[in-house]
Amino acid sequence: MAERSESEEVKLLGMWASPFSRRIEIALTLKGVSYEFSEEDITNKSSLLLQLNPVYKMIPVLVHNGKPISESLVILEYIDETWRDNPILPQDPYEKAMARFWAKFVDEQIYVTAMKVVGKIGEERDAVVEATRDLLMFLEKELVGKDFFGGRSLGFVDIVATLVAFWLMRTEEIVGVKVVPVDKFPEIHRWVKNLLGNDVIKKCIPPEDEHLQYIRARMEKLNVKSA
Amino acid sequence: MADEVILLDFWPSMFGMRTRIALEEKNVIFDYREQDLWNKSPILLEMNLVHKKIPVLIHNGKPVCESLIQMEYIDEVWPSKTPLLPSDPYQRAHAKFWGDFIDKKVYGSARLIWGAKGEEHEAGKKEFIEIHKTLESELGDKTYFGGETFGYVDIALIGFYSWFEAYEKFGNFSIEVECPKLIAWTKRCVKRESVAKSLPDSEKITKFVPELKEKLGIK
Repeated sequence: MAERSESEEVKLLGMWASPFSRRIEIALTLKGVSYEFSEEDITNKSSLLLQLNPVYKMIPVLVHNGKPISESLVILEYIDETWRDNPILPQDPYEKAMARFWAKFVDEQIYVTAMKVVGKIGEERDAVVEATRDLLMFLEKELVGKDFFGGRSLGFVDIVATLVAFWLMRTEEIVGVKVVPVDKFPEIHRWVKNLLGNDVIKKCIPPEDEHLQYIRARMEKLNVKSA
Repeated sequence: MADEVILLDFWPSMFGMRTRIALEEKNVIFDYREQDLWNKSPILLEMNLVHKKIPVLIHNGKPVCESLIQMEYIDEVWPSKTPLLPSDPYQRAHAKFWGDFIDKKVYGSARLIWGAKGEEHEAGKKEFIEIHKTLESELGDKTYFGGETFGYVDIALIGFYSWFEAYEKFGNFSIEVECPKLIAWTKRCVKRESVAKSLPDSEKITKFVPELKEKLGIK
């Protein structure tokens, strides 16, 4: 059994179906960092979680040598600064600022708007779908001429935007609305294929069948009509 | 090649103030360009295509948007003077966590104080006080949020201080009574030249609020 030195104790409090938790797993795996995963029941939060993230009481929380870090984008930057192999963020300050901008855009604009699709019907839903598509168009344009947002290889924005590829786009199936049709978003679809060609991504995203089942169950709980 | 640094900003913006302070801390000469948010200039629309918001930092023709991102950029591009963030990754993460907290929480609750009535207003005021007590507890007995040196988290929050008089007037409460240690911290911060130069007079802000409400269509 490999000996784990005290100086490299890494633990992740997360949740298997959370895009925010999975992105941390992707980053750690990309960097070859061994970690202990602790699955949290978000309906019954552990006292450890409440102690380690008293401000938000949410996963993911990364614990490195006993010190907790919360907020997924903050955690990702911490991981990049602590384990230098396979850098996630660009070196150039301008490129770095752009990567941070797009990551924030995915979490604060796309995610927040797209969430509103759930539970809406008719004209109200159409309006939200339209708004989500307008936002996605910015990402579409960013991908032109690139395999990934990070260029030739996976980077910060790709890791964050897995939220779009494997959560937003998977929910489409259940909710029955094609928010990201291939005819309007060919670059995004091409990018998703590229992601699926990456071993780390394949290993770290939730297994499709179970994930779809989970989403379906959640929708039912929220009393949402599914396709 | 001399650096060309332009800041598209709006004088009462607590977000713009962050970038002003950061540039001043680094002694960077910049061209401050006041923007009319109700009649947006072509340069603003071009440089912030996505959000069309200020502040926009334009460095040698290339735009950087979002004030916290601008602060990190400024710290990385002009590293020789006064670091805004610590070098230790854990301390950096800690600072970024609190900067993000301030971004997520302060503006929203504050806006309900001057921009809402009745239940919403009361809820905003209550949340505002809670948030500031949390921040005060994070500050503890330190001189600044980062310890002995003025930095990122201080800069993220201090701009709101210029709005405190307005919040107190419209909220009918005293922030000093609720958070005395935090007010003591603000007094230390405004002694710094970078902050004094970058914050507008509280009185000017308080006078501006009714005009702002009218522009936003709030009664």
